[in-house]
Amino acid sequence: MDYNATQSGFRQRKLQPNMRQRNSSMEGPDGSQLFEDTSGAGPRTQSGYRNQQTEPQQAGFAGQSLLSDPMSNLAMAYGSSLASQGKEMVDKNLDRFIPISKLKYYFAVDTVYVGKKLGLLVFPYMHNNWEVSYQQDTPVAPRFDVNAPDLYIPAMSFITYVLVAGVALGTQNRFSPELLGVQASSALVWLIMEVLAVLLSLYLVTVNTDLTTIDLLAFSGYKYVGMIVGLVAGLLFGRPAYYLSLLWCCAAIFVFTIRTLRLKLLSEAAAEGKLVRGTRNQLRMYLTMSIAAAQPIFMYWLTYHLIR
Amino acid sequence: MAFTLYSLIQTAILCTNAIAVLHEERFLSKVGWAVDQGVGGFGDDPGIKAQILTLIRSVRTVMRVPLIIVNSACIVLLLLFG
Repeated sequence: MDYNATQSGFRQRKLQPNMRQRNSSMEGPDGSQLFEDTSGAGPRTQSGYRNQQTEPQQAGFAGQSLLSDPMSNLAMAYGSSLASQGKEMVDKNLDRFIPISKLKYYFAVDTVYVGKKLGLLVFPYMHNNWEVSYQQDTPVAPRFDVNAPDLYIPAMSFITYVLVAGVALGTQNRFSPELLGVQASSALVWLIMEVLAVLLSLYLVTVNTDLTTIDLLAFSGYKYVGMIVGLVAGLLFGRPAYYLSLLWCCAAIFVFTIRTLRLKLLSEAAAEGKLVRGTRNQLRMYLTMSIAAAQPIFMYWLTYHLIR
Repeated sequence: MAFTLYSLIQTAILCTNAIAVLHEERFLSKVGWAVDQGVGGFGDDPGIKAQILTLIRSVRTVMRVPLIIVNSACIVLLLLFG
């Protein structure tokens, strides 16, 4: 009993240092705390390394209370220190390639945010304030601000799109499990190419913006929601419904993308709607328009072959 | 339509090869895209042409050695596995 409890306690402590990067107080091993702390905290990775150094001591103490035999004490302490060192190394190296702490910001969402954002993606015409609110120079987590980009909706809608594509192929008796993988990888390839093209054009036009690559990934992933709506309507009600709903969603994504990117790409005066002359602002306007126009094209391109 | 990630890698390798092959003296200066002809506007706004020239030049400088390695690996793999 004790052994099992300490074992699971040991494993939970392995999860803890990630959470300690977000909060400075020691919370209990509660799963929901992960998202609670990520929201308002911002980058607090400095406290993470300090906390990780206290972790081997605690794991060592757990080993001491386990058995009174000194040899197994030693073995337990040595094993736990090895494990924590390995974990530190993996964390450090993984953090170099994939910025995990930044990724966590994009997944700090809750149901209310997801609902509002989905409504905004399908009907963006009544929303007035499109600015992202900041908190001491870092953007506020998505759960507090509808305008902040997130990666939860694009990831979920991408997976849903692949599954709905499978269903659509199944209704035409063209389904086989390999086709799911083919659909997934081609949609992913188009997504990557679109993000690379947007990055290249942003570099060429020398826009000084705080849009990161992950932001662009999020904005490009929002069109999957419209695609799913179109596909489901087409599956349920036939081709006219598919065209109608796709048209509606294309217009919605167009307006959504323009209104979101306008604030990020254009200079402040132009973003407020005043006509600012000058080739730079014109170029930026064209860039925003073309990014927004590419979304309906992709939406049609990726779905038309599924509805026959 | 059936794109795979492998075809994306192939596209990337081919495009990078295409940019790395553009020779400075023999070709780019004939067209008017040499490295010293683009850096006109300092400070304020480089302009698209200068950005493209900088991009080409930096791809040539940075990607030469990795491209050698990647191309050799591709050749060996294609020879072995078709």
